[in-house]
Amino acid sequence: MINLEVPRKFAQLVDQAHQAAAEFFRPNSRKYDQAEHTYPKELDMLAALLDGLSAAGGGAGAGGVRRGGTEKKADGNRNGSNLQLLLGTIEMCWGDVGLLLSMPRQGLGNAAIASVANDEQLKRYEGKWAAMAITEPDTGSDSGAIRTTAVRDGDYYVLNGEKIFVTSGERADCVVVWATLDRSLGKAAIKSFVVDRDTPGFELVRLEHKLGIRASDTAHFRLDNVRVHKDNLLGSPEINTEQGFAGVMQTFDNTRPLVAAMAIGVARASLEETRRLLEEAGVDIDYDRPAFTQSAAAATYLQLEADWEAAYLLALEAAWMADNRKPNSLQASMAKAKAGRSGSDITLRCVELAGSVGYGEGTLLEKWARDSKILDIFEGTQQIQQLIVARRLLGKSSSELK
Amino acid sequence: MAGTNPKPRRDAMGTALAVLNKLASAPVLDRFNLRKPVEKGLYTATRTGFTAVGAATRQFAAAQKLAKPARLPSAGERGLFDITPDDEQKMIVETVSEFAAERLRPAAAEADADCATPADLLSTVTELGVTLVGVPESLGGLGTERSAVTGVLVAEAMAHGDMGLAVALLAPSAVSSALVLWGDETQQATYLPAFVGDDVPAAALAVQEPRPLFDPFALKTKAYRSGGGFVLEGVKSLVPRAAQAELFVVAADLDGRGPALFIVESDSEGLTVESEPAMGLRAAGMGKLHLDKVRVPETALLGEGKSAVYTECVRLSRIAWCALSLGTSQAVLDYVIPYVNERVAFGEPVSHRQGVAFKVADMGIELEGMRLLTYRAASRAEQGKPYAREAGLARRLCAEKGMQIGNDGVQLLGGHGFVKEHPVERWYRDLRAVGLVEGIVLV
Repeated sequence: MINLEVPRKFAQLVDQAHQAAAEFFRPNSRKYDQAEHTYPKELDMLAALLDGLSAAGGGAGAGGVRRGGTEKKADGNRNGSNLQLLLGTIEMCWGDVGLLLSMPRQGLGNAAIASVANDEQLKRYEGKWAAMAITEPDTGSDSGAIRTTAVRDGDYYVLNGEKIFVTSGERADCVVVWATLDRSLGKAAIKSFVVDRDTPGFELVRLEHKLGIRASDTAHFRLDNVRVHKDNLLGSPEINTEQGFAGVMQTFDNTRPLVAAMAIGVARASLEETRRLLEEAGVDIDYDRPAFTQSAAAATYLQLEADWEAAYLLALEAAWMADNRKPNSLQASMAKAKAGRSGSDITLRCVELAGSVGYGEGTLLEKWARDSKILDIFEGTQQIQQLIVARRLLGKSSSELK
Repeated sequence: MAGTNPKPRRDAMGTALAVLNKLASAPVLDRFNLRKPVEKGLYTATRTGFTAVGAATRQFAAAQKLAKPARLPSAGERGLFDITPDDEQKMIVETVSEFAAERLRPAAAEADADCATPADLLSTVTELGVTLVGVPESLGGLGTERSAVTGVLVAEAMAHGDMGLAVALLAPSAVSSALVLWGDETQQATYLPAFVGDDVPAAALAVQEPRPLFDPFALKTKAYRSGGGFVLEGVKSLVPRAAQAELFVVAADLDGRGPALFIVESDSEGLTVESEPAMGLRAAGMGKLHLDKVRVPETALLGEGKSAVYTECVRLSRIAWCALSLGTSQAVLDYVIPYVNERVAFGEPVSHRQGVAFKVADMGIELEGMRLLTYRAASRAEQGKPYAREAGLARRLCAEKGMQIGNDGVQLLGGHGFVKEHPVERWYRDLRAVGLVEGIVLV
């Protein structure tokens, strides 16, 4: 039965997330945008609160969703943890995306652990804050080409290489590092290792200064003969050229809708603030009258909100499919592509509509326009999402459509 | 300054060109065997200028008296987020899709050229019972509750075959739906029986008016009370199968107080139709409806002239246009994918180039967004929830992205997209309608 409304059972969660965003994030938004690299200590209390909520049966914590769970299908349609987490993420990012990314124990590494770790590992890393290290100075979107190596030495792997753009890398307890066992075997040889922050040879080079999400630290690491126990390897140690990248890429099907949710949250913040400013200025938005018979500002706003709505519903669809165990790579990439580009477009246009009120630091509009840009880049750029969608629609392999 | 002249001025060169055209045309026609097409053009031009009285109307009379109007109850609120059609909807979509693929698509090019809907398609669609879904069982239909989503799915599936034909075939349902939604017991008893019979009358919901920046909430067509009834005055534009229609629901401003809907039979005195071929939707046989002091009885006013009724009509119609845009946009995408995979340039399929592949990706992404917005608006409408925002946003997105998909569709076929050997140019023309048309179809 077709229904695109959020179920009532999630209303309380959404409301709680919204209040946390309004009371914890918004008041600290500008402060940590200006004090880059300062730890937002207010988050510790919020994180403890969230841990309590999730222990009480709340969401899937850090965005990792384990496949093949034993939850029963009630009536053939489930609205579960993926949808719930997505909705929570939208609300929190309406508050502040940089602060959400800085939430203790909610790192992307936690998502990877939750998605692919075995039960023993899951238990070992429970309550830890895990960052994720994929990108290297010379390797961005083509993560299959990473150069960081892992060489077996008895019960240990020895890791060497350089990792950049590690969100919360300094603050986290451990970092999930992607490294190759054998560069000549391509993507299939890439494995992820959980590296504790205090491991000798795991050196923090610097923290980046950024355009946006300045509350969230971005670390650069050098790995110089870092010894990691073999039990810290996530997934299978075998190099399976058949399965290739599937294991690690599976994480993305779960995290891409969440990055879409971040863009959707930030963009909604911009739209709400802009609408308030426009109404103060005497511009009303009318959904019934043709856009062209309204002011140019109102017509622009309607177009932006229509794009926002598309991004929002695409993300809900992707999460809903995950809840119902339907393969959702296509929809996850569609959601990320649409939300990423609309996020930038909406927040930038809102600054323009609000004039110097939007461009100045007196409102948060300019900040949101800076924050949104990264959401069209990390977890797969706009162009990577387009590639994935195109390959699916056209039935092309990655060697045919490069 | 260029562009500020109130009228285009013909300078020396323009005059020369005009004269040259006149002198040159006759011999050129003969030399290149162009006589026939030009004659056809003249024929269409003549038809455009030709005005006729409305079609003869059957006798619409109340066969049975109803105690109160029959309405479909709202579908009731649903708990969970879900994008799966129910089993009945799946069955209906399957049937309509088959009809669209086997009957509409093959007939589309000729119907487009002829500006007419083939009669056999009209009778087949009656047999399929598509019109019956929106009419309550007590009035001979099959409907048990409001089904705007089913209406969307039907329009979407039909427009995948052809948008122009879909418009023609769905036009009578808009009138019957209007009667079900807003008709009183007399209006329902008088007109609805014809719509559930074997010989469904051509009928049209006429809202559009011929002027730029048309706003359906500021109508130039006027209705005023006179002698216990109403007098209607004005011109309606893009009325489907105007020459054949026996019944119209016409939007007019009532006594200067705002728009209202009126039932107008086609043989009313003062009613004339004029053919109005347009860029697209040509199979729907579009026409202008001239209302020259047309008298209608007091019972012609639908929904007591309430502004909420009219607003709902406009919103539901826009959702239906969104649904049509989904079907046609999907047709474009389905056609383009094999084409770019098979077309070879520079030694490999053009789809191996990101410039081509990314366009295809964007078509897919935007189309899915359009679909979700349209479904959400329809689903809220049938559940009795507020849906002004959702309908308005769906309209904006489908107008913008639907046209983009049509435009990119032609672009990806290159010169082949521009010629009538492929249907993409027709879809391009049809999709332009989505941003501007009001009325005609309802869900």
